[in-house]
Amino acid sequence: MTLEYLQNYWWLLISVLGGILVFLLFVQGGQSMLLTAASDQRRNLIVNSMGSKWELTFTTLVVFGGAMFASFPLFYSTSFGGAYWLWILILFSFVIQAVSYEYRRKKGNIYGTKTYDIFLFINGCVGCILLGVAVSMFFFGAEFTVERGNLVNGSSPVISRWAPTHGFEAIFNWKNLILGVAVLFLARTQACLYMINNIKDDPEFAKALRAKALINGGIFLVFFLWFLAMLLTATGYTVTSDGFRTVSVTETPFKYFHNLISEWWGLILLLLGVVGVLYGWLKSCFSSKYAKGIWFTGIGTFLVVMVLFWLAGYNDTAFYPSLEDPMSSLTIRNASSSEFTLKTMSYVSIIVPFVVAYIAYVWHSMDRKKLTPQDLEKADHKY
Amino acid sequence: MNELTTVVDWSRLQFALTAIYHWLFVPLTLGLSVIVAIMESIYLKTKSEKWLRATKFWMTLFGINFAIGVATGLILEFEFGTNWSNYSWFVGDIFGAPLAIEGLLAFFMESTFVAVMFFGWKKVGPKFHLASTWLTAIGASISALWILVANAWMQYPVGMEFDPAQMRNVMDDFWALFSGIAVNKFFHAVFSGWALAGVFVIGVSSWFLFKKRNRDFAIRSIKVGAWFGLTGMLLTMYTGDGSAVEVTKHQPMKLAAMEGLYHGHEGQSLAAVAILNPDKDWNNDEDEYLFEIAIPHGLSILGRHDFNAFIPGIKDIINGVDINAEGDTINTVSYPERIEMGRKAQNALKLYGEAYAAGDSAAMASSLKELRENYRFFGYGYFDSVDEAIPPVGLTFTMFRVMVILGSYFLLFFIVVLILVYRTTIFEKAKWLQIIAMVSVPFMWICSQAGWAVAEVGRQPWTVQDLLPTKAAISAIPASSVIVTFWIFAALFTILLIAEVSIMVRQINKESKQNLEIDKA
Repeated sequence: MTLEYLQNYWWLLISVLGGILVFLLFVQGGQSMLLTAASDQRRNLIVNSMGSKWELTFTTLVVFGGAMFASFPLFYSTSFGGAYWLWILILFSFVIQAVSYEYRRKKGNIYGTKTYDIFLFINGCVGCILLGVAVSMFFFGAEFTVERGNLVNGSSPVISRWAPTHGFEAIFNWKNLILGVAVLFLARTQACLYMINNIKDDPEFAKALRAKALINGGIFLVFFLWFLAMLLTATGYTVTSDGFRTVSVTETPFKYFHNLISEWWGLILLLLGVVGVLYGWLKSCFSSKYAKGIWFTGIGTFLVVMVLFWLAGYNDTAFYPSLEDPMSSLTIRNASSSEFTLKTMSYVSIIVPFVVAYIAYVWHSMDRKKLTPQDLEKADHKY
Repeated sequence: MNELTTVVDWSRLQFALTAIYHWLFVPLTLGLSVIVAIMESIYLKTKSEKWLRATKFWMTLFGINFAIGVATGLILEFEFGTNWSNYSWFVGDIFGAPLAIEGLLAFFMESTFVAVMFFGWKKVGPKFHLASTWLTAIGASISALWILVANAWMQYPVGMEFDPAQMRNVMDDFWALFSGIAVNKFFHAVFSGWALAGVFVIGVSSWFLFKKRNRDFAIRSIKVGAWFGLTGMLLTMYTGDGSAVEVTKHQPMKLAAMEGLYHGHEGQSLAAVAILNPDKDWNNDEDEYLFEIAIPHGLSILGRHDFNAFIPGIKDIINGVDINAEGDTINTVSYPERIEMGRKAQNALKLYGEAYAAGDSAAMASSLKELRENYRFFGYGYFDSVDEAIPPVGLTFTMFRVMVILGSYFLLFFIVVLILVYRTTIFEKAKWLQIIAMVSVPFMWICSQAGWAVAEVGRQPWTVQDLLPTKAAISAIPASSVIVTFWIFAALFTILLIAEVSIMVRQINKESKQNLEIDKA
């Protein structure tokens, strides 16, 4: 296995994790509906439906971060230390999520159920939008520089420097926000489809969910197409590398469009993904009995997001373009771990199918019996 | 105080805050998950409803605690990037791997099976449920393994070499990460979690007895808690002893700080109870202690398992007297020389970078030679004086004694509880014993936190021993940002901790009023 092969392999794994994470954000989508739920019972149904899956989303986020750290540490170092406020706000929103499920209806929770529901709502909205913003920077870049020689600059030894607003500039960049909003409405749409599948014995709620899915899916589609149009017409950086070293960076108009065309298998997967999302979504909206839309939309989402990561990282593309100094842009070549580490981690990654298999088995076992309004009273453990 | 110092100090405070809060919840998770699994195993074997009730009761408390542990853990992982970005680059090639493996091997296991544990009672078969409970407990311990491997590597960096072209360390031996320090650290931390959970179970059950509620349930839980806790405490002490030997070999400065020792001797005594002299400095002749009750030869036995072994003090180490990995006393490089060598290494790296950019292979070769010769003290080049290379002695010294004294107390505590709990009438009537058991609970947390303070404060001023000091590991962020986020997290964690304790208390009170003695068997 050569270094280049390993770098490609790890970017593939990052893409897979990114795809899974965005699919699992349906949990956040469900949380974003809590404050507008028609009744307490509906609110509790949403929470308990999402409640058995929230840890999976949370864990995927943690593993995504860990995998980035292990495979592309220069990204971890540059982005997290640079876009400080963006990441801190994301983390803050996930901290308040983690306790809210368990605490919201427990006696003695001090702040009341409403407070924890607001926490979940904040995580639902802020988490989705800001994760979208963070991913958008993979295409539209950020204001940073990387100078490794600074390591031996005693008075200021930090190798990467960021714009003085440290992440706020990314949050308030309209291009980034478009993807953020698209992610939020995708998550909300998927939440509707998941609940249609997961909750039974409440036909009125199912009907309301189908109507909600139609509206949220429509908004998602508008923002996603807007983002896609911007992406495919955007100028990106083509980078030539020698090992870990960047040799040259060239501005390339329509870079991501070229990437899509040259990676024809990616184009096919992207189209398949789009078809899956549309099929699952539209059939769920217009067929009153259909409950399996989440699987088509979920797999479609996974495919689309995975291909977006490919567009960002493959084909000699800077996956984290520096707007201040193009030579500082991060690529899967200059930001990666060493060959030894990538190889070691690759052996560990053999376990991934096994992990996926037991998650799928447990998911199937737990969701075989659907959630009903009656369960909210009878269950041993409820949120 | 300049901007750099302020950022370093506040970043340190923020990380310490997060770690302290995280470690309030994790040890209970580590221990209670095993206790719950043991109880559920007994239930499945006996089919006795009373064991099912006990399992569910402790499982509920586990769940309340688990969620907040997960939340604080997330922040810790990402703070390596947000606040310690230079560190993330300099050693990310090695340090990132255990974190990623932790996520893949442990977190998914925990998060998948914990859902079955809580929600699966009526959805999966009893054996599948029990397996899920055990897998949750195992997942928690596997998670601890990888984190502690990573932490141990910071104390004793091995299995890597420095790549000057990339200006970072790269891994060259993955298995070297499982050093003696790592193995001891893992078992020490996990078994201390067992002891903590044991004290927690005994304390809560004693309250049941104090209130004369669910007597049999309480006695049953105390027996499980005491045996489990005693086992944990004995193993904690055994691995703690192993840790002391490893620290003596690889971090002699930390050991000297733990003891407040400036001048070492053969057959070095251990200050069992002492007051440090605040005027003592490494370069003056003041006495080390204002008051001392010493255990003769204690530190030699603790650090080297040798009655008469030499243990160097802070001044000895600064002057170049040290112990090598085999435990022999050697004359090595003094701290002023290390600082000089560190500067040479850094300058050589700078020259190498310039030669690399210019394609000057002769200059690259000569600067590389200079770098290799001096690299082992690379981090010392960041210091202006030797004073910067000494850990905070007072805090390390105090926390070490808090840990040891409380640890010894809890060993005695478990033994006494075990003796008396089998004479149930004594335990039931002895209100004083029940009160002691309840009051002891927070002290177990103090003991556990003190252990981590020794490990991490004693590691200062390094993030990676000898290679990267804390002050060079930071991110280029304004101090004001870190100050704001410190207070945000301090407020948030405190608010959530208050809620957690309140829910626990209400839950315990509520459950204690239920009849937990039902036995349909």
